[in-house]
Amino acid sequence: MSEQAVQDWIRKTVASNDVVLFMKGTKNFPQCGFSAQVGQILGHMGVDYKDVNVLEDMGIREGIKSFSQWPTIPQLYVKGEFVGGCDIIREMFQQGELQQMLDDKGVAYDKAKMTA
Amino acid sequence: MPMDAQEIERLIKAHLPGADVAIKDLAGDGDHYAAHVVAKEFAGKTRVQQHKMVYEALQGRMGGVLHALALTTAAPKD
Repeated sequence: MSEQAVQDWIRKTVASNDVVLFMKGTKNFPQCGFSAQVGQILGHMGVDYKDVNVLEDMGIREGIKSFSQWPTIPQLYVKGEFVGGCDIIREMFQQGELQQMLDDKGVAYDKAKMTA
Repeated sequence: MPMDAQEIERLIKAHLPGADVAIKDLAGDGDHYAAHVVAKEFAGKTRVQQHKMVYEALQGRMGGVLHALALTTAAPKD
């Protein structure tokens, strides 16, 4: 894919999926500890998300960094908006802000699990 | 390629003068750090914006020579 095609593909992917995680590896087989942590948080919350394995495509691996102006992977997008990388997601989750944001944006997750 | 903790602190302070920077070498290998940065420039900014300001300070090293920098940021409490 050309650089422009990559940017278009990313834009379309984050627009057509409520929650997208660009990660190293897949949700079932993460290949980096930071990607694994974010996947674990989303799994724990019961959020349905699309995973994009950047290790499979060098164009996407570099393209996602310029798309968000963010230098590292993983990157989480909710309703088309970049939310953060591993540190931010972990901090938001610990402070209940991630749950709040999903509520605000109308994204479903397993609330029973959260209060347990 | 490992990076010196002092160099990380120097770059951050050069970009955010007066910032409070605390760096921990997590693994003792010069490659996995945790940094806590408190800067008045962070006031009113979102976390993503705050982290981007620190990444800017590191001038492209983040995700390159600097593989792992667990980052927390805050504006000073007054």
